[in-house]
Amino acid sequence: MTALATDRRQFLAGSGLVLGLALPMRGARAMAPAGPTFAPNAFVRVLPDNSVSVVIKHVEFGQGPATGLATIVADEMDADWEQMRIEFAPANDPLYKNLMFGTMGTGGSTAMANSWLQMRNAGAAARAMLVAAAAKTWGVPASEIKVVKGVVSHGARKASFGDLAATAATMPVPDKPVLKTPDQWTLIGTDVPKIDSLIKSTGAAQFTMDIKRPNMVVSVIQHPPAFGGKVKAVDDKAALAVPGVVAVKAIPQGVVVYAKDTYAAMKGRNALNVDWDLSQAETRSTETMLRDYLAQAANPGTQCEANGDAAKALAGAAKTIEATYVFPFLAHAPMEPMDAVIEPKTGGADFWCGSQFQVGDTRAVAGVLGVPFEGMTLHEQYAGGSFGRRATPDMGHAVESAQAVKALGGTQAVKHMWTRENDITGGRYRPLMVHKVRGGIDAKGAIVAIDAITTGQSFMIGTPFFDAKEPFDDAMVEGLTKSAYGFPNLRVGVNVTKNGVPTLWWRSVGNTHTAYVMETFLDRLIELGKQDPIQARLALMKEERAKTVLKRVAELAGGLTAKSGRARGVAFHKSFGSFVAQIAEVSVGADGLPKVHKVWAAIDCGVPINPNVMRAQVEGGIGYGLGHALYAEITLGEGGVVQQSNFDTYRSLRIGEMPDVEVAIIKSTADPTGIGEPGLPPAAPAVANAWRRLTGKVVDRLPFAHPSNLAALGGKA
Amino acid sequence: MAVEFLLNGKHMSFDGDPDTPLLWVIRDHAGLTGTKYGCGIAQCGACTVHLDGKNRRSCVTPIDTVAGKTVTTIEGVSGPIAEAVQKAWVAIDVPQCGFCQSGQVMSAIGLLAQKPRPTDADIDAGMAGNICRCATYVRIRQAIKDAAAGAKVSA
Repeated sequence: MTALATDRRQFLAGSGLVLGLALPMRGARAMAPAGPTFAPNAFVRVLPDNSVSVVIKHVEFGQGPATGLATIVADEMDADWEQMRIEFAPANDPLYKNLMFGTMGTGGSTAMANSWLQMRNAGAAARAMLVAAAAKTWGVPASEIKVVKGVVSHGARKASFGDLAATAATMPVPDKPVLKTPDQWTLIGTDVPKIDSLIKSTGAAQFTMDIKRPNMVVSVIQHPPAFGGKVKAVDDKAALAVPGVVAVKAIPQGVVVYAKDTYAAMKGRNALNVDWDLSQAETRSTETMLRDYLAQAANPGTQCEANGDAAKALAGAAKTIEATYVFPFLAHAPMEPMDAVIEPKTGGADFWCGSQFQVGDTRAVAGVLGVPFEGMTLHEQYAGGSFGRRATPDMGHAVESAQAVKALGGTQAVKHMWTRENDITGGRYRPLMVHKVRGGIDAKGAIVAIDAITTGQSFMIGTPFFDAKEPFDDAMVEGLTKSAYGFPNLRVGVNVTKNGVPTLWWRSVGNTHTAYVMETFLDRLIELGKQDPIQARLALMKEERAKTVLKRVAELAGGLTAKSGRARGVAFHKSFGSFVAQIAEVSVGADGLPKVHKVWAAIDCGVPINPNVMRAQVEGGIGYGLGHALYAEITLGEGGVVQQSNFDTYRSLRIGEMPDVEVAIIKSTADPTGIGEPGLPPAAPAVANAWRRLTGKVVDRLPFAHPSNLAALGGKA
Repeated sequence: MAVEFLLNGKHMSFDGDPDTPLLWVIRDHAGLTGTKYGCGIAQCGACTVHLDGKNRRSCVTPIDTVAGKTVTTIEGVSGPIAEAVQKAWVAIDVPQCGFCQSGQVMSAIGLLAQKPRPTDADIDAGMAGNICRCATYVRIRQAIKDAAAGAKVSA
């Protein structure tokens, strides 16, 4: 971090940003003014004030796509970073679809990967037209014109993009603009300052929760106490008596209280008396579910991947071990709870949302309101985190918000806002998962076989995101399947359970549990065979890029030897096409849980577009992964009631629990993949491996703070 | 009876439901949205403001307790410590999603006002009440140190 800070100061020196921060420019940056003069394509607009606005087709909830996409365009245009602005794209699939999804959406760490060539082409086309405009204006060959930091020149003649915009707009759009070669990049691969750090450090950044419309009411909702419950009867007298409450309506999702301000709506909700029909609800406790899952986990399941003969190899192995892992339900708990503002208008509606499926959500609102999609206007907002939560295959929150608007009469603007309690108890969790794993080594200590059976819910099967022709849901087992390791004998199987608790992808999806299983189990087998954790992994790896990051992290950390009272553990995982290896150093904390001092990481996610943003994502991924692995779980009591409701009971990582993080980035030339998620999967197993080597304790039920572990650890938290 | 107080140096009067916490008076009635709601029970710190110069979770602050006092939000915070903190925040790109950062910045300013040269333990203790789900904590820690080094604070 010290090096980073120094680099950044040098980068910023003379850039104007530091000088400009004396707060008169508070909030002035980032968002582009209206009124383009030169819009060569759907992504680039040169504005009258010489700023260049990039239309961002991905939601910005902290992973940095706004900065990244603008960087790619700016580099191809040879623009000056200071003139770059952003605006969020409207809901329009033909122009702005995620090229890997076929509809607008952000997820699977694809923002850079799917946009890479598209943004380069957009920027290069804009540059070519500006150069053509200068050539025409000055009567010189285009080949003699230079563009440096937003200044177009020929000898002593100079023009800004803004000067040339009107003429550029009349130039033919090039079919195949010439892209820069990597040696010509000036911004890609550098720590370009994030475009929104200033507005996010001064309170100026606007989120959906901050929207206020004329005559708008705020609505909050009471959901059923168990998943699948329905409203039977509502006694709303006390709620309606709360000053400011204007209405109470039952909708399919629950009971909505509308008020003139947020607090009145919450107070009104507290005064509700609702009779629920729980006849169709999921009323099992998580302990009951777990017993059902463990019974099912004994089945070999649908075969997902196999090579060799794992059963035979295990039977002939010198030594074998087996383990049963349990992973709890987890809430995403983004800082900004789910919210949306909808303002009906004739033939449509305005819709403010930090939407992760822009077209899907907008279409869902239109569907509920009974208006054509063409009558809708999405005003995409910054979103206060997501980690997967804002993308649901059924567009659940958009539907609920629109139902709230419709129930009130469909004419008045409504801000429909979840409280933290709605968020924590609201489902769409990372599913409860059980893994049964067996593995064996030969007499020399080499791993001969792994047999891994995953048991849990699929949140994909039955949605448009799952191809019914597929024999199994890979989101349940990804990471065990298509591993970067080559085992001589391997079988991966999956059992799908039935459960009424709604579940969802959660930052890094199946890798949240598969990486923990693979890397902790592998580490146990390696230890059983008295092998070196790094050398043994290297020997198993099939892919060179995997070996490179593992060797690099070992070099960065200086190996696995820790000072007295501490231990180090290593883990590697490939996810979303990116390769990440980590080494964690731990000691026993005062609460009996691991105190994680430092995590070293080495990553290869293709061409590094913005190393600073990539490091930030690895830091954040480690923090998010560790916080949940150490402390968090959602449990249901008898009757199916969620037992956590807010950050007092759903424990989040806090600053004193965050390790130092040091990241090495491999200077890859491969096409960019993602880094929003791949930093997460290795963190928890690296800590677990260090913990086992330090204390001898195997943690196969997460979180670490689960009572069964604490008893075994002698902890007291 | 209306509650009168100073909000970012301006007179503010609120005569709505006296149960309304300060947070919602600031956001819904004064229209200042930089202060965020994150939990409503003083667990996350997204709602942190300065009450007479000290960190306060506005989501659990009854409005009548601010009568006659001075409330400062992220929109109104100023002075050398605030400038040093915000400058440090931008210089190393602390924010990710940004939703908690108003509260983080306000808590950091409040911390440095009390402890101009905080140790790691001071930072961990002083910022323990502010959750960042993006886990920007490594940079928050660094930015506070940078701000402490950069601010011309008269101790």
